[in-house]
Amino acid sequence: MPPIATPETLERIQPAATAPDLLRNFCIIAHIDHGKSTLADRMLQMTGVVEERLMRAQFLDRMDIERERGITIKSQAVRMPWQVGEQAFALNMIDTPGHVDFSYEVSRSLAACEGAILLVDAAQGIEAQTLANLYMAMEHDLAIIPVLNKIDLPAAQPERFAEELAGLIGVEPEECLLVSGKTGAGVEELLDQIVAQIPSPQGQVDAPARAMIFDSVYDTYRGVVTYVRVVDGHLSRGQKVQMMSTGDTHELQEIGVISPDPTTAAGLGVGEVGYLITGAKEVRQSRVGDTVTTQNDPATEPLAGYRDPQPMVFSGLYPIDGSDYPALRDALDKLKLNDAALDYEPETSVALGFGFRCGFLGLLHLEIVRERLEREFDLDLIATTPNVVYQVTMEDGTEVEVTNPSEFPAGKIASVTEPTVTATILTPSDFVGPVMELCQNRRGVMEGMDYLSPERVELRYTLPLGEIIFDFFDQLKSRTRGYASLDYEAAGEQDADLVKVDILLQGEQVDAFSAIVHRDKAYSYGVMMTGKLKELIPRQQFEVPIQAAIGARIIARETVRAIRKDVLAKCYGGDISRKRKLLERQKEGKKRMKNIGRVEVPQEAFVAALATDGGGDS
Amino acid sequence: MSASVTPPSTPERAVDRGRHARPTQPLDLAGTASGAQQRDFGVYVHIPFCAVRCGYCDFNTYTATELGGGASQDAYADTAIGEVRLARAAMDAADLPPRPVRTVFFGGGTPTLLPAADLTRVLQAIEDTWSLAPDAEITTEANPDSVTPQTLAELAAAGFTRISFGMQSAVPHVLATLDRTHDPARVPQAVAWARAAGLAVSLDLIYGTPGESLTDWEQSLRAAIEMAPDHLSAYALVVEPGTKMAAQVRRGELLMPDDDDEAGKYELADALLTEAGYHWYEISNWATTPDHQCRHNIAYWRSQDWWGIGPGAHSHLGGHRWWNVKHPRPYAAAVESAHLPVAGQERLTAQQRQDERVLLEVRLSRGMPLADEQLLTELVADGLAQPGPAGDGLVVLTTRGRLLADSVVHRVLGLA
Repeated sequence: MPPIATPETLERIQPAATAPDLLRNFCIIAHIDHGKSTLADRMLQMTGVVEERLMRAQFLDRMDIERERGITIKSQAVRMPWQVGEQAFALNMIDTPGHVDFSYEVSRSLAACEGAILLVDAAQGIEAQTLANLYMAMEHDLAIIPVLNKIDLPAAQPERFAEELAGLIGVEPEECLLVSGKTGAGVEELLDQIVAQIPSPQGQVDAPARAMIFDSVYDTYRGVVTYVRVVDGHLSRGQKVQMMSTGDTHELQEIGVISPDPTTAAGLGVGEVGYLITGAKEVRQSRVGDTVTTQNDPATEPLAGYRDPQPMVFSGLYPIDGSDYPALRDALDKLKLNDAALDYEPETSVALGFGFRCGFLGLLHLEIVRERLEREFDLDLIATTPNVVYQVTMEDGTEVEVTNPSEFPAGKIASVTEPTVTATILTPSDFVGPVMELCQNRRGVMEGMDYLSPERVELRYTLPLGEIIFDFFDQLKSRTRGYASLDYEAAGEQDADLVKVDILLQGEQVDAFSAIVHRDKAYSYGVMMTGKLKELIPRQQFEVPIQAAIGARIIARETVRAIRKDVLAKCYGGDISRKRKLLERQKEGKKRMKNIGRVEVPQEAFVAALATDGGGDS
Repeated sequence: MSASVTPPSTPERAVDRGRHARPTQPLDLAGTASGAQQRDFGVYVHIPFCAVRCGYCDFNTYTATELGGGASQDAYADTAIGEVRLARAAMDAADLPPRPVRTVFFGGGTPTLLPAADLTRVLQAIEDTWSLAPDAEITTEANPDSVTPQTLAELAAAGFTRISFGMQSAVPHVLATLDRTHDPARVPQAVAWARAAGLAVSLDLIYGTPGESLTDWEQSLRAAIEMAPDHLSAYALVVEPGTKMAAQVRRGELLMPDDDDEAGKYELADALLTEAGYHWYEISNWATTPDHQCRHNIAYWRSQDWWGIGPGAHSHLGGHRWWNVKHPRPYAAAVESAHLPVAGQERLTAQQRQDERVLLEVRLSRGMPLADEQLLTELVADGLAQPGPAGDGLVVLTTRGRLLADSVVHRVLGLA
């Protein structure tokens, strides 16, 4: 058995009474599927924090969606005892979110650590996402322990990827640890190396308290649970604390550590990681990145790096059954308690009825919110094609911010700016051509290209955010047989020749399908969308033209021919009940019909048109 | 076995679920007597046998002669007569006034697969049970192959007034696709024999068979008109799930025509039949004179009362609809044990009766009363309803309206 600390040595590592030099704070940087959660599970087991019989896969991921998708949305921190020689240490493992949408939260998690395990699948090598987080960890001066996981896999190539990792962080390939989260091989050695290689936290014990919030979670029973790393001073139960960004004060009703369940403590000292409960009702009162200090002896300077989360991607969310609108509003209100980045305001669509225009950090954030609304609140939703925010300057100098394409102003436009990102793409060198072609199609400008190894290339592009939020990642995956990975970060704004394409049904604009696209792509969008709607809109008693237009100019047209026959020829004794029941079902279905002018369209047609891919690149 | 052990189900319930279980239920006719005197009463008799099952057919019919017991072809007439007697008893028990039967319709299946004597006995039993109105319309369906001058004369002598032949098409490749085995040349012969026996004649045609061209359809129409029947029905082929033809379509062996093709064929039928002196009186039915309209079917469309005899047959009495068990064997078993063979039933709400009236009466040339003048005006403006009758508050469909009758129903019921 591994050297679990004894009761005597455990005394020395109690919360609020642990010397900083006995603390190690670390996180794990890994790509989705590279086995972070499994490794974390194994550490919990080996340090005795979770008994084997209570172990369930991915213990730390709390939400169903996280467990099913195998990704971590919200981070958490677990305190684990570990003994090296005669000395017991307290290890705080801070679990970081694993997706580009949450990179700000990742940066705060990193800021709470002194070291990071760089965990890479020994069969796949490093991915763009991981690389981006690695660079971020290096910027924070974290000690990096390179680890190759899944060495039990037959396809593992530890030598090859050890070279790659060693090259990236400037160590010898032999220094990469080889582990298997699945079998537990190498995990003890890894725990020892965490103690050996990761510096203990430094802070001023006697200074006014400063603790950084790296996560904030709403709990139905407890209200907001705030996760902090104490940098200076000390926090104690019962104290009045202050959020430095807002000046709001709260009483510390409870303070403690997670091991692996919340365990109350007298307080938290320098370098310690734990949770606070203040009675706050929504996570906005306790924002990630903010600094907590005490009201009696407040710090003067907040810790660096706080920023407000800004939505980057917008989409309209509509209930399929209009009567669910109040339920959707309540559900969004509830999600907001737990999601400081979620923004929404009511909007109305001719095609879709009443809904909300929602702002998200990115596409995954959108998908997760939508999935939680559908799953946890039992709502059926339609989401409009996501868009970014545009700044439109009119010739008379007025400026309009557009978060919904149907609100794009008419009239004389002087300029339109769109947000851009710098994207990093890692791909096997065989697929460089197709990846470059994709990026060019999406108006990308190449900023650089480096070979990480003869087989792997890092491409850097500046791309309009609007070009990558829809299906770019799917396209990238399909062009590289799934091997490429992508990371991006905001890179400001640029002017672009953008136009609004409207879709008209019998001359009536269908707002949900308006799109802001580059002038060069307007025609193909128009052809694609009119063609798709032609297949989906049922024939009416009259001919229905479907047009795509820029302003008053028609750029594409399809026609749904008038229906000539809808009746069944036979209707005798035994057919009557059947026919009436069909009529009754149609009455039910009527609720889901939308009228655009005289044209009656089942909501499913709009949903199908919005659900399928954009198809712009194939 | 220990007495304290409770089995998961009682022996009685286990028997209920076994193969001897009766899949029937008691018929609840409470309240159906109200207004009965104002409603016509008819009888439908289902004959669930065919020599060959056609690929498109989803009717309740069987090609075996020996289904066993009262379900066999030779015992079937007696079983049907048994249901007739049970029907009368049930109506009496529900205080439904005895009304003479105004129409009887033998359908199938192929009724004429049974000996004429069997059909005659069933008809006689109906007469003995309820009496027949003096001008009663008595129809049987028939396959042109399954009649002879003798059988037709026997039926006429027994009181049958009308025969409806399943002609379907005059074009051999269309008949082949439909699995119809009769020789097209046999149809005029059968029609002549029926006329000679004194029967009014109707022909059934099917359009929209895979592979049928507009010219094929015109040929069939002209062949039918040539025979000068008193009545004609033309049905668009509907491929029902579970039929052999549905499988052929699914496998891509047959290509179904689209709705526009069927619309064109309907328009052609309406034009040629009108030119030949026929008048439409229901979406799929034309007659030379009002006397030759099928009164039995009109009763369905006007929500009159009728009792359906036979497996799978549907019935309607005063807003109560029910249907019999489908298979002839449990059907026969129920009748033999003196139970009505009811498989399911529904009591229509006022709204449901109103919905049915709209969807049925709109099909008729006599028109459907509609109080909403604005909607009447719109239907006329859209070319769906005829302007003349609209002035009298009636929806009488135009040719275009007949093809789009479902839309008209939706608009009348506020669904569109």
